[in-house]
Amino acid sequence: MPELIWCGFGVLLMLLQSLTKNRPALTTVAFIGAAAGTAASIFGTRYPGPGFLGLIQQDPFSFFFHLLLGSVAALVILGSEPYLTRERLEGAEFFALILFATAGMGVLASAQELLTAFIGLEMSSIASYVLAGYRRDTLKSSESSLKYFLLGSFATAFFLYGIALVYGASGSTILTNMGQIDDAQMPLMKLGLALILIGLGFKVAIAPFQIWTPDVYEGAPTPVTALFAAGPKAAAFALLLRIFATVPAATHYWFWAFWILAVLTMFAGNLGALVQSNLKRLLAYSSIAHAGYILVAFAAVTGMTSSDTATIFSGVPAYAAVLFYLLSYALVKVGAFTIVSQLGGKDEKYITLEDYAGLSQRHPIAAAALSLFLLSLLGLPVTAGFFGKFYIFKAAVNSNLIWLAVLMAVNSIIGAYYYLKVIVAMYMREPAEDFASTAPIAFPATVNMVLAVTAIGTVYFGLFPNQVLRLLLEKTLIGGLK
Amino acid sequence: MNRPELILPILTFLPAIGAIALLVLRSDDFKFIRGMALVVATAEFLFSLLLIPRVPIGSSGYTLYLNVPWITSPPIHFHMGVDGLSIFLVILTTLLTPVSILASWNSIQHRVKEFFIALLMLEVGVVGVFFSLDLFLFFLFWEIMLIPMALLIGIWGHERRIYAAVKFVLYTMAGSILMLVGILWLYNATGSFDLVEIQQALQKGDFVLPAQTEMLLFLAFFVAFAIKVPLFPLHTWLPDAHVEAPTAGSVILAGVLLKMGTYGMMRFCLPLFPLASRKAAPYVAVLAVIGIIYGALVAMVQPNLKKLVAYSSVSHLGFVVLGIFSFNAIALQGAVYQMLAHGITTGALFLLVGMLYDRRHTFEIKQYGGLATPMPRLSAFFLFVALASLGLPLLNGFVGEYLILLGTYIVHWQWAAWASTGVILSACYLLWSYQRVFFGEITVEKNKTLPDASERERFILAIMSIVILWMGIGSAFLTRRTATATDTIRKSMQRQQWPEEAIVPVAPPAAHTPAIAAGTGSIITVERSGNR
Repeated sequence: MPELIWCGFGVLLMLLQSLTKNRPALTTVAFIGAAAGTAASIFGTRYPGPGFLGLIQQDPFSFFFHLLLGSVAALVILGSEPYLTRERLEGAEFFALILFATAGMGVLASAQELLTAFIGLEMSSIASYVLAGYRRDTLKSSESSLKYFLLGSFATAFFLYGIALVYGASGSTILTNMGQIDDAQMPLMKLGLALILIGLGFKVAIAPFQIWTPDVYEGAPTPVTALFAAGPKAAAFALLLRIFATVPAATHYWFWAFWILAVLTMFAGNLGALVQSNLKRLLAYSSIAHAGYILVAFAAVTGMTSSDTATIFSGVPAYAAVLFYLLSYALVKVGAFTIVSQLGGKDEKYITLEDYAGLSQRHPIAAAALSLFLLSLLGLPVTAGFFGKFYIFKAAVNSNLIWLAVLMAVNSIIGAYYYLKVIVAMYMREPAEDFASTAPIAFPATVNMVLAVTAIGTVYFGLFPNQVLRLLLEKTLIGGLK
Repeated sequence: MNRPELILPILTFLPAIGAIALLVLRSDDFKFIRGMALVVATAEFLFSLLLIPRVPIGSSGYTLYLNVPWITSPPIHFHMGVDGLSIFLVILTTLLTPVSILASWNSIQHRVKEFFIALLMLEVGVVGVFFSLDLFLFFLFWEIMLIPMALLIGIWGHERRIYAAVKFVLYTMAGSILMLVGILWLYNATGSFDLVEIQQALQKGDFVLPAQTEMLLFLAFFVAFAIKVPLFPLHTWLPDAHVEAPTAGSVILAGVLLKMGTYGMMRFCLPLFPLASRKAAPYVAVLAVIGIIYGALVAMVQPNLKKLVAYSSVSHLGFVVLGIFSFNAIALQGAVYQMLAHGITTGALFLLVGMLYDRRHTFEIKQYGGLATPMPRLSAFFLFVALASLGLPLLNGFVGEYLILLGTYIVHWQWAAWASTGVILSACYLLWSYQRVFFGEITVEKNKTLPDASERERFILAIMSIVILWMGIGSAFLTRRTATATDTIRKSMQRQQWPEEAIVPVAPPAAHTPAIAAGTGSIITVERSGNR
């Protein structure tokens, strides 16, 4: 059970804190914890099937997410170590919270029962609220934490109401038992699912529940932002996918809901990002936009069941597209935010676009890596993001959602503008004067490791998406879904 | 070589290897970097000449191809091939790249290493585009090539470079993402990304695209290509990009990148969506004619020499599009030829303008005047190239324009009549600007002491002039090899189940045969049955 290992190491870190102040040691322990949990999930694939009386499901689907979440946590821990030193923040609690949050997300991704999912959601959320406000003495961080907490509580309340209604309609909270529902109970069921969708929609920043995202992302410490952008989003999407792919009542009724949400979210994210000059906010809006792209695939999933023969040619089903997209997206966001956190300097002063002017001369490697990540977000070939977007496009076209695909294309072009803006600043503008004099700061080794992993991963999956996809295709099809 | 098809990937990725080598090698020694880039590009050019014997005269289809599975799901293949249509475009690319490296020998002084890396990577993308026979692979290279070009404009360009670079990327991307949707839609309908497979299936009538679907798909592809060409209302990025780009960027942009659009039309739009192409042809032709005349008129009133050449590109590429969409064997031949000729002449014009800029750092025609006195050699070359560009017989511009006008005349004499005014106008703006720049009194004091073309510049210009002359006299060498390819395109536009109303009967006037025979020897080898 990777979740147990993550939790265990979290507790261990809290205990160790009283014994030692040696930060590298703590970091090592935290990293080992995150990695051990990930390794355990690999080990766990030998024992597939439901666990804890069917509350959770140990299948390749959850395996994929455990692997993803564990890797994200490990990378974030590695990347945040220099940040904590710079900002003079406590290490042990921070790492423990990250591990707790990861454990919660792990539960969320493998939950087969809605109350368990709720517990997972709460676990990850509460840890996240604290992490968002970890820079106690900064106003922005506190604001971010409070906002996240208030809105997040509303969202979880919605989620809980949804569970109650679904339980009322189906008499069960276990997803696989919701197959047969009387017609009379159908409205209740739909309402419940709608509330669940709202609750999770908040977590993944779907418009119109996305308002909190830029503020929270901006205020939170940047390594935490990296975690927020990659982790909870992937976990919440995992649960959404599980619900909307296993519960028959949840499938094709929701096609238009996803269609509209996808369009709204894409436009909200991309248009919002256009006017941003703060890099953290820009990336926040871009992550809203990317949630929209993933919703396009959801529309394709739900649209597929209603259309009959469109699936014949579908080499990659829509949910495999979602998984691949989440993978590529997580890699890129972790890498990008790690760079932002490194370049931010003390108190995160340097996070506007002007601060990035001429970065290619001051710090060629950082500029090149950030460009790679931005190009992946933009969806240019030879990056993982390209194939992610490509498969979603394909899923949409497969389900005959041509117009949705066209709208997504329009959004990609809008997106191109603001990603390019950053690259233009880095490569084509001259650095500001106060930077020109200072010598470039070399990145610490841990950060370089994170960047190497994410960059190589981005390029590798951009060249050879085959293996991962085959895994996703073979496994997720046989596994919990369908 | 036992496996000649390996030439294709080697040709595609050789510059990339060169670029990587440059990346890891020392960056302080500019001479070494330039030399290295030049050696790689020259080797690439010599290597690409090996393609010529591989595409024998009269052979149809892809005489050299490589097909390796790459991604299993969806089935994407690393499928490359070369035929009479793509071979010379590839050679044009590999020729212009060393030339533009030589041209930027002294004018690029900062971030030298990055500049040559970008130039070499650009070559990878362009050569890949011309070789690709898999729609997905094609799209991949199409997108890859954007980044180095944008960097070339944005980093080493002139004052408004950033605006121009962003505009260039956004315009191209807008088109290409729609093309991606089109590619996926086509895949969804046919179950394949492979151009050859799709083409065969369509031709045999294994499946038939509904008329409306075909039209939408045609538009998805066509708009992407039309932006690249650029066709009349979509051309506004071009003058900006050209004026702001460094000389090497302009040469490659005008020389090859624009040809990717017209190449795409011939390779994809016509064979895959013949019905829609025919329906759209009148509108496209009108746009092309507007482009020809509009481009020429705007060029005439340009105070900026580089913009003048840029607008002349709009005008000349209009001829190519007109030739393609008249679906006539001769006009198609002419279109291919004009693509090559324009690549050389306009490339040379941009080189010359760049040389003037190196001396005076301005493109304003007003700043020049009477330059023939201090720099007789350069002005002689300029005149030669300008004459080629305006279509003087015996030089390369003439052959393409002549064939296009002739072929178009057979189908629609009105189109040809309007388009031919473009020829007259091009003579006006080129000669008039030549007169203003090189003749008359020297009005600006600085111009009296400008140095004439250096040895390096003379070498570059001599190469270009020789190619121009050779293409004008020995056009048969090219046309004999491209003939079957264009013919294949025309044949592939036929369907077994051909709806009746699509057939536009046009009788080929027999009186033109002698003219062709006299004009350029070999064209009669092409079956000259006009339209069907």
